[in-house]
Amino acid sequence: MSEAICIKNGRIIDPKNDRDEVGDLFIVDGKFADRPSDEMASNAVVHDASGLIVCPGLVDLHVHFRVPGQTHKETIFTGTSAAAAGGFTSVICMPNTNPPADSAGTIQYIKDAIEREAVVNVFPTGCITVGMEGKRLAPTGSLSKAGIVAISEGGKCVQDNGLMRRAIQYAHMFGIPVIDHCQDESLNKDGVVNEGFVSTKLGLIGSPREAEDIVVSRNVILSSSTGAHIHMQHISSRTAVEIIRRAKARGANVTAEATPHHIALTDAEVEGFDTNFKMNPPLRSEEDRLALIEGLEDGTIDCIATGHAPHTDYEKEVEFDYAPFGVIGLETALSIALEELYHSEKLSLIRTIALLTNRPSDILKLDKGTLDTNRSADVTIFDPNEEWTPAKDSFLSKSSNSPWIGKPLKGRVKKTFVNGRLVFDEGRILQGD
Amino acid sequence: MAFSGMPWNRKDLISIEELDVEEIETIFETAEAFKRILGRKTAKTPALRGKTVVQLFFEPSTRTRVAFEMAAKRLSADVLSLDMKTSSTTKGETLRDTVETIRSLQADIIVMRHSAPGSSGYIAQVLDLPILNAGDGAHEHPTQALLDCFTLKEKWGSLKERKIAILGDILYSRVARSNIWAMTKLGAKVTLVGPSTLVPHEFEKMGVKVSHDLKSALEDKEAVMLLRIQHERQNASAFPSLNEYTSMFGLNKTRLSWLREDAIIMHPGPINRGVEIDSELADSDQSVILEQVTNGLAVRMAALYLCSGGKAGAVAASQ
Repeated sequence: MSEAICIKNGRIIDPKNDRDEVGDLFIVDGKFADRPSDEMASNAVVHDASGLIVCPGLVDLHVHFRVPGQTHKETIFTGTSAAAAGGFTSVICMPNTNPPADSAGTIQYIKDAIEREAVVNVFPTGCITVGMEGKRLAPTGSLSKAGIVAISEGGKCVQDNGLMRRAIQYAHMFGIPVIDHCQDESLNKDGVVNEGFVSTKLGLIGSPREAEDIVVSRNVILSSSTGAHIHMQHISSRTAVEIIRRAKARGANVTAEATPHHIALTDAEVEGFDTNFKMNPPLRSEEDRLALIEGLEDGTIDCIATGHAPHTDYEKEVEFDYAPFGVIGLETALSIALEELYHSEKLSLIRTIALLTNRPSDILKLDKGTLDTNRSADVTIFDPNEEWTPAKDSFLSKSSNSPWIGKPLKGRVKKTFVNGRLVFDEGRILQGD
Repeated sequence: MAFSGMPWNRKDLISIEELDVEEIETIFETAEAFKRILGRKTAKTPALRGKTVVQLFFEPSTRTRVAFEMAAKRLSADVLSLDMKTSSTTKGETLRDTVETIRSLQADIIVMRHSAPGSSGYIAQVLDLPILNAGDGAHEHPTQALLDCFTLKEKWGSLKERKIAILGDILYSRVARSNIWAMTKLGAKVTLVGPSTLVPHEFEKMGVKVSHDLKSALEDKEAVMLLRIQHERQNASAFPSLNEYTSMFGLNKTRLSWLREDAIIMHPGPINRGVEIDSELADSDQSVILEQVTNGLAVRMAALYLCSGGKAGAVAASQ
């Protein structure tokens, strides 16, 4: 006997199919279905979505789940719980683990943990170079066979341009995209905050935009000459947005993401030396922030990704210079995107959702992020107007290094379904059957 | 001048940026009263008797540490000075745990120097004890700026409309930042001068002028504050060599003549004779470098006294 679910009377938004209508969404045996027979429909488990948005489960191309080696910060279970709570049903985890994910064995270890613990779909990535040391290529072919969807250097950036060119050429052979954290280390040396007035005033060492701009330019050039796809993470600089815009106009095979914090915050937040505003690349100026939003509006920047980077209290509650870079983002990303793009009337709701669903999915060809019939039923139900305030103890992530603690947000996830199974319901993770 | 009703409601002295003019004046007036006491035969007051001042220096210092120690002793406090470089921090203890431990040992006031900007302010948020910032990285060094401006005020009566140049390594200098705040708040016109790599134009947003031309920057100035060129920063290669720095920006007799005739020469120390200043100028009549040191004692007494709850104005009345 088939099992049917009916998500009733919600505003169904499916950007890939340009669908935006109030109606019922059916799931049969874990897959999206056309309206089933009356008999089956009448036996369906009904979830009332009146007044709520029903959209494809969100897709995040950039999370750090710390497995293996740093499970004091996050585990596959806590990370995917945070994902489900934020409406994300598919996430891509970065390979800067301990040890780094540079071998098929480590990828298998991660996949086993995913198999045991994951609440949502998790796709691993592998390292570009052995040990993320930027010296020798990691075995991209074996990593590809082991099941990675891309290669990346985690929080680092391959500095050797010749090596980077070989890496993308080699990965291109397997159809594996290269994901890059664009940063020139000689310009970024010791920087902990954006170089500008705030760094000057506070006496903190600044990281200039040029560190990002130069590597974005490099990647555009290397991608253009080889035809290989490079996806550029958390773009933060106005000039970088312009470089990508011009590259795309010429047909370069590059894509880019922006984080919720870079589109919502500036380096003025650092004035209190709060380490929950310390990330890499750093928060930049208002001018940069607005350029990122323009980039999202005109498609220069393809999607929003969180860069979810959990760190414990005891790691973050130290001198600003010594705190690790990064903030968590899975549980607040949708609210921030809605606030900065939709509620602020920069983008329609359907285009805002596209930046979190089919657009990121298309970048890595994940076959996710739509409500197409017969696809695995990953669905997020949210209230775009519900107001809530994150508290330090309200996160499902194992860490709470969020810049939004105590700040009122608008828009909240109510239910999340993965493969047709309700995994998150009004604040709670539902485990197993 | 009336002492009553002067404002001081802070438990900490972390930055000049957060002080208003009245608070700066309160410190000055309290320091003046202490300076008179220092002139006496028994230059000691019981103001902090029974209290323990703990100095936590995570970065080497001689003069600031000795000045605070002397100031605390003149106030009859017990003083414990810890060189944290050789202590538990090298064993991996967090700053927070270190200061919580010190607090549990019944410290009453903490004087702290640390290489990381914001660290004193962070500890002030964590602990309910008075925290005095004796330098946090390149961020601020409030008592140094207070003693510098106190010294200028003694000379001039007021800093209003006075033209001051600060010369040297501004980018890495906490002394420069605290003085920029203090001097501009007190109404002085400040010009920063030095190599472009050490004096970025971003400083203009703090209300000062930025110049890379020594001659035009020194013209008409009534005081010049020299900052130590920090050898330890040389690895950043902000300029080619000390020799080149001295040839371009070192203060010598000729360049001294570009200033107003009666201009004051200041230096927070320690001096690199022959690098940022010719040796003979450091010892000239125009130099107030040693007066700065003496005033540092009075200003730090005032800061310790006010932050530990002493009533502004009570010093003069009771002594």
